[in-house]
Amino acid sequence: MDSHLGQTAEVALGPLMPELEPDAAPDATLWGDVVRKLRKDPRFIISAGLIVVFCAMGLVPRLFTGADPKSCDILNFAQRPSSGHWFGTDILGCDYYARVIYGARTSLIVGFVVSGFSVAIALTLGSLAGYFGGITDAVISRFADVWFSIPTILGAILLLELIHGGGPIIVALVLVLFGWPDLTRLVRASVLSGKERGYVRAARALGASDGEILFRHILPNGIAPIVVYAAYSVGAAIAGEAALTFLGVGLRLPTISWGLEISIAEGRISQDPHLLFFPALFLCLLVGAFVLLGETLRDALDPKVARRG
Amino acid sequence: MSRRYLIRRILIAFPVLIGTTLLIYAMAFALPGDPIRRLAGMHLISESTHREITQRYHLDDPFVVQYYEYLKGIAHGDLGETFTGQDVSSIIAERFPVTLKLTLGAFAVEIVLGLVAAFVAALRRATFIDSFVLVSTLVLITIPVFVLAFLAQLMIGVKLKWLPVAGLQHGWLGYVLPWLVLGVGSAAAVGRIARSNLLDNLNSEQIKAATARGLPRRRVLGAHVLKNALVPIVTILGLDLAALMGGAPITETIFNLPGLGQMLILGVRTENGPIVVGLVTLAAMIFIFTNLFVDLLCAYIDPRIRYG
Amino acid sequence: MVEPALPYAPAPQVVLEVDDLHVEFRTERGVLKAVDGVGYTLHRGEVLAILGESGSGKTVHARALLQILDSPPAFVTGGTAMMDDVDLLALDEHDMQGMRGEKISMLFQDPHTALDPVFTVGDQLVELLRTRRSLARRSARDVAADLLDKVGIADPRGRLDNFPHQLSGGIAQRVMVAMAIALDPVVLLADEPTSSLDVTVQAQVLELLQQLVAEMDMAMVLITHNLAVAVGLADRIAVMYSGKLMETGPAWEVYDDPQHPYTAALLRSIPGLDRRQDRLPAIKGAPPSLLRLPSGCVFHPRCPHVIQACKEVVPPLLEIGADRYSACIRVGEIDP
Repeated sequence: MDSHLGQTAEVALGPLMPELEPDAAPDATLWGDVVRKLRKDPRFIISAGLIVVFCAMGLVPRLFTGADPKSCDILNFAQRPSSGHWFGTDILGCDYYARVIYGARTSLIVGFVVSGFSVAIALTLGSLAGYFGGITDAVISRFADVWFSIPTILGAILLLELIHGGGPIIVALVLVLFGWPDLTRLVRASVLSGKERGYVRAARALGASDGEILFRHILPNGIAPIVVYAAYSVGAAIAGEAALTFLGVGLRLPTISWGLEISIAEGRISQDPHLLFFPALFLCLLVGAFVLLGETLRDALDPKVARRG
Repeated sequence: MSRRYLIRRILIAFPVLIGTTLLIYAMAFALPGDPIRRLAGMHLISESTHREITQRYHLDDPFVVQYYEYLKGIAHGDLGETFTGQDVSSIIAERFPVTLKLTLGAFAVEIVLGLVAAFVAALRRATFIDSFVLVSTLVLITIPVFVLAFLAQLMIGVKLKWLPVAGLQHGWLGYVLPWLVLGVGSAAAVGRIARSNLLDNLNSEQIKAATARGLPRRRVLGAHVLKNALVPIVTILGLDLAALMGGAPITETIFNLPGLGQMLILGVRTENGPIVVGLVTLAAMIFIFTNLFVDLLCAYIDPRIRYG
Repeated sequence: MVEPALPYAPAPQVVLEVDDLHVEFRTERGVLKAVDGVGYTLHRGEVLAILGESGSGKTVHARALLQILDSPPAFVTGGTAMMDDVDLLALDEHDMQGMRGEKISMLFQDPHTALDPVFTVGDQLVELLRTRRSLARRSARDVAADLLDKVGIADPRGRLDNFPHQLSGGIAQRVMVAMAIALDPVVLLADEPTSSLDVTVQAQVLELLQQLVAEMDMAMVLITHNLAVAVGLADRIAVMYSGKLMETGPAWEVYDDPQHPYTAALLRSIPGLDRRQDRLPAIKGAPPSLLRLPSGCVFHPRCPHVIQACKEVVPPLLEIGADRYSACIRVGEIDP
């Protein structure tokens, strides 16, 4: 993603990259240590907690509101927050609180689809490129460079304009299309450095197949930066969809999306600030939760964090 | 500098350039359906116009020929015409200065704020100021550009009335809010990465060794720590151009700046395909050249890259 | 077998006196005593080898003297290091910087991590000379070339324009030596200077160090885990284990007649070319975790001569002869 959240994985996660800690032997208790650190970290509790709440919002919105976001009374339009309507109503008279709650599902779908597909593609292509090198690497890398050269938002605008928009899944796939090279490069770098480790050579000498080496040795040990980036990328995707929808190329009505609500709110920003405030708040909270999660994961997984603080 | 590295790097950029323009072209013209109608969107095309366009852009010819003609056009600065007969290249030339000013200003904000914050935080690790930098950069990265833009407009433009809410009627002042809004997110991202790089450098063996042999701290920081941190910082600045380019349409639209970003959105809203294609192609080309430059710069800074 | 170094002639001037040095690491899992009461005296022109395995605290103590430990997590919690009537451990950063390079300097183990890869060899030498000796660029370059020549590098002027990654291990280490002695220090702390080198190159670098010590009337603390290196170069040896001193004395004497079970065990574990051995006698057990040191004598769990008292009493460093010390309560009664 070329929002600031993407900020090219390799550079952002540099300190975490395997090549910078030359001979750190795989620690059998790494995950034990990680879980311990996470549990003690208030930032993790906050971000994970927020994400759980939002997921609940997405899966079971009824838990949060009994109102129907689609039943709108036009006579009630643009009301300020009140006891009847916690977040007020929007310009069509729909309960805004319900609309904001239901908007969570859309954002989460986009976020997880983008992250899921990106990770899948990145693990596949990145491993192939890093492990086999040579022509495979050259072809995959150049192919990735081509997609990478088109800034994500711009490319998404172009493609969505050409196919005249779509639902959350389509938008998500478009974002994947322009965002996959970043994580792929990260996986490739991880595999490249993992390939040279002592235990990999030992495994090879003992006759392990390529697949075994890749899946049982290289990838598990290089997984840390990928996990961190995956967390960031969910946040980036959600922000990206909101931006695209805001610009008019992403989701359209009747899909409920925070980006849509913000773009509608733009016109009435001084009269009805509540129309902007609530979806913007939720958007920032959800994106922030994933970014914070990424941060805490990175600190928990980075062996040098004691020094860096 | 090693000529081999220079040549190799440029040679890599070339197929990427071709590939990217090909990709954009393919998206516009090779997707199933009639490309002309698709690019025209809601505008009606008469049969004769259709035929004329087909002929001019060689759309009946094999794809390779089409693409070749298209490339030839680009090399001559011809990015085609919109359906209203305007020349895409001249529209771009007209609006380019605004976007350039916006991007350069945002870039300046990014470098100054980002690097100053990084240095201060790294040198004062684990103090209040470090925590402040960490928290504030996290917040700034999280807030999407358009939300930040609205906040800025509301707070500073409407409530405080310090700066114009939108437009360029007040001259340069109209750029200040957009610079800040577009640049501050990048500054936060760059700042975090730079800070962590600096911290790693500050504790590295080579810095210890330089200190141990008696090199004064000022020199250690100003030369060794700095230069070693430079490569990742320069790299991230180059890559962040994509974020600036992606944020420009949003910023220009909200602040009503007559630049290329606004043109892009207008093009989308009026279903003006050729403009959108032209602008995205331009953006991609600029990005490729910028990163080529960044790579060469890094090779100049770090001898291991060019001799390695 | 390398010839033993001749003991230094009488009336030596004391250049460094370390007394009761304590360094601890405060980690999440507890406090780790890396250096626990180490002390020694160093004389001008003398080579003192600090011999120990990894984790013995030998490197940490050297870095503590130069105040280049990462603090946190490391903290110097006690002791003094007197040089020129000044306590190195108590100096503030500004004064310490004045001492570094000029009075006390350090040689690192891996030249490629210790040299800055983005500057040429010449740049790194010249900057040192210009900032500390206020030399003009041209004269600094001349001095730099002389230094490279002094450490036995061929084509010194040409080398000035090389980058560290272009140098072989041996040459890079010589460059490091040049940088360490550039300001004519009184004391040189050589931290495993040859451990990252090939054996043939090792010998050359050691020879170089020996030569420089004699030429420049420097004192050197040679930190190593390699007994042959220690005996080959040093006038005196101090054996460290788990942060404490086990035994000290003239090199040849310690080698020939060890007075501590640990030293003796170390000597026995070296395979000899002149003996037939079916099994390499390794010291049984493993060094203890520095977080949970054994009671009494730190070596007692692995010592073949252990008695009950060893588990209860921390043995002090007992003087057992002229310039001869051992931290074993059973010294004299047993043949280690």
